[in-house]
Amino acid sequence: MPKEHANWSPYDNNGGTCVAIAGADYCVIAADTRMSTGYSILTRDYSKICKLKLESLMEKRIRNWLFAYLGVELASQSFRRIKDKCDFQVYLCRFMVWEYLRADKSFMASSGFQADVKALQKVLSSRHLIYQHQHNKQMSCPAMAQLLSNTLYYKRFFPYYAFNVLGGLDSEGKGCVFTYDAVGSYERVGYSAQGSGATLITPFLDNQLKSPSPLLLPAKDAVTPLSEAEAIDLVKTCFSSATERDIYTVSSYILVFSFSYAFALSRGVNESSRDQKINTRLELD
Amino acid sequence: MKLDFGGLESSAPLYGGNDDVLADGFSAAPSFDLPVTSDFDGFQKNSIQMVKPAKGTTTLAFIFKEGVMVAADSRASMGGYISSQSVKKIIEINPYMLGTMAGGAADCQFWHRNLGIKCRLHELANKRRISVTGASKLLANILYSYRGMGLSVGTMIAGWDEKGPGLYYVDSEGGRLKGTKFSVGSGSPYAYGVLDSGYHYDMTIDEAAELARRSIYHATFRDGASGGVASVYHVGPTGWTKLSGDDVGELHYSYYPVEPAIVEQEMTEAVVA
Repeated sequence: MPKEHANWSPYDNNGGTCVAIAGADYCVIAADTRMSTGYSILTRDYSKICKLKLESLMEKRIRNWLFAYLGVELASQSFRRIKDKCDFQVYLCRFMVWEYLRADKSFMASSGFQADVKALQKVLSSRHLIYQHQHNKQMSCPAMAQLLSNTLYYKRFFPYYAFNVLGGLDSEGKGCVFTYDAVGSYERVGYSAQGSGATLITPFLDNQLKSPSPLLLPAKDAVTPLSEAEAIDLVKTCFSSATERDIYTVSSYILVFSFSYAFALSRGVNESSRDQKINTRLELD
Repeated sequence: MKLDFGGLESSAPLYGGNDDVLADGFSAAPSFDLPVTSDFDGFQKNSIQMVKPAKGTTTLAFIFKEGVMVAADSRASMGGYISSQSVKKIIEINPYMLGTMAGGAADCQFWHRNLGIKCRLHELANKRRISVTGASKLLANILYSYRGMGLSVGTMIAGWDEKGPGLYYVDSEGGRLKGTKFSVGSGSPYAYGVLDSGYHYDMTIDEAAELARRSIYHATFRDGASGGVASVYHVGPTGWTKLSGDDVGELHYSYYPVEPAIVEQEMTEAVVA
C-alpha cells in the first residue's frame, strides 16, 4: 500500500457558479470563469462548461447521408446561403434535419474541484465517443443525464467533488436541465444553479421563474415562460447579483451557451457587472 | 478491502464486443472506486461532510382492503439548505411495484434503478413478474453486502403479485421486514401518529388516500426536513395508479380554512364637539 498521510485530503474547492435554464425550445447554460483556491485566484479565464460534442467522423457520416438523401448542395452550405435560395420552405425543412443531426445534444457545467471535474469530463466524452461509433448517432440529453448519474455513483465511496448541471435538448427538441448532487442523485428541472453562488441564485430564480411542481396531479403546465433572449438576460442578472455577495463568483466574464433549433451560440462577454450589455453574440455558421 | 460487485453485473456487455480495444482504460464490469487509505471510515465521514448528499423525508405505505397505499413528500435538504422541492420519492419499479425513497437520494435512486433492471431480467428469464417478496430480498441482499460502507437507504417495496398485496421495509443496515403499515424518514413519527389513529383495514380507496395524504401533510407541518408536494399512489390488482399530488401549502388551507376575523369594533369618525 502506498504511503499515507495522517489526514489525507485529496480535495480542494475551486469555487464558481453554474446556471442553466430550460425553455420551450431552447436551453441556456452559463458559468463564470474564475477558478480560485482559498482566497487566491488561480485564473480568471477558465471554462467550467464541457460540450459533449459530435465526433468529427460522425459529422462526415451525416454529411454523406445528406448528400445521398437530401440533395447535393445543402450538405456543404451554410444557412445564410440556403436562405437566399428561392425554395425557402423546402430548404428550411432540410436544414432543420441537418442541424438536428449535427447539433450538440448536451452541455455540462460543473463547479467544485476542477481536477475531479476534468476527470469526469474525460470519462463522459470518451463514453459519448464510443456511443457514437456504436450507434451511429449522438447520445440524447436524457441518456447522457443517466450516464452522468451512474458515472458519479460508481465513485460513491471516493466521490468526484463536482456539482453538475447538464443542459440540452431532449428528443422532442424541448429544453432540458438536469441537476445533480456529488454522488449522482439527479432530477429533471426547469432551471438550476450549482456551486458557490447556488444558494444566492436559486432563491432568485425561484422568485422569477417558479412554475407548478411536476409532481402535481392534476398536472399543470410547467414551461419556463421566457423567450431565449430574456433567459440570457436573466442569467446575466443572476451572475451580477451573485458577484456582489460571493467572492468565488465573478460576472466580469461569464460564458453563456444558448442553443435551440435556431442553434445560436452566444458567447456573452459581460465586461461590466453594473451595466448589463450583451457585448458580443457570435453565431454558428 | 474487497467488495462484491455482483449486484452491478448485467447480462448485456457494456461496450459491445468482448475484445474491446475501445474500452481500454475502462473496466469492463462497472465497479466502485475506493480511496487508498487505511482510515476508510474517517475518509467517508469527511467526504460526506464535504459533498453533503441530499436527504430528509417522510414516506409511508400501508396495506388495506383494496390494496396498498403509498405516499411521500418531495423535499430534499443538504444540511439546512433545501436543495429541491420536487424530488420524486416514489420510484416506479414496474407497473405493479413501487419503491419509496428515504435516506441518501443517490443511494436510493441508484439501487432502485438497479433493482428495476434485476426485476425486468427476472421477468424475461422466468416469463412472469417477480414477487414483492423476491424483489425486496434482492434489494436487501445487495444492501447487506455493502453494510458498514456508509450507504443510507430506508425504503419500502410495495406491490401486487400472485399472492395479492405485498409490503416490505428494507434498509441499509440489512433489515428487511414484512408488514402492513410502515412510515420511514425524519417525519415518520408525526406520520405514524396520524396513520395509527385513523387506520382501519376496511377503508375504501378514497378514505385510504385521504388518510395517507393527511399523514404526510401533518408530518410536513411538524418536520422541517419534509415538505413540497404530497404524492399518493395506490397499488391494486391491475397495477399502480397515482391518485393525487398536492402542494402541502395548499393542503394546509383546505384542512384549516382561514376564517374571516370578527370585527370587534369599527372605527368611526370622532364626533365633533
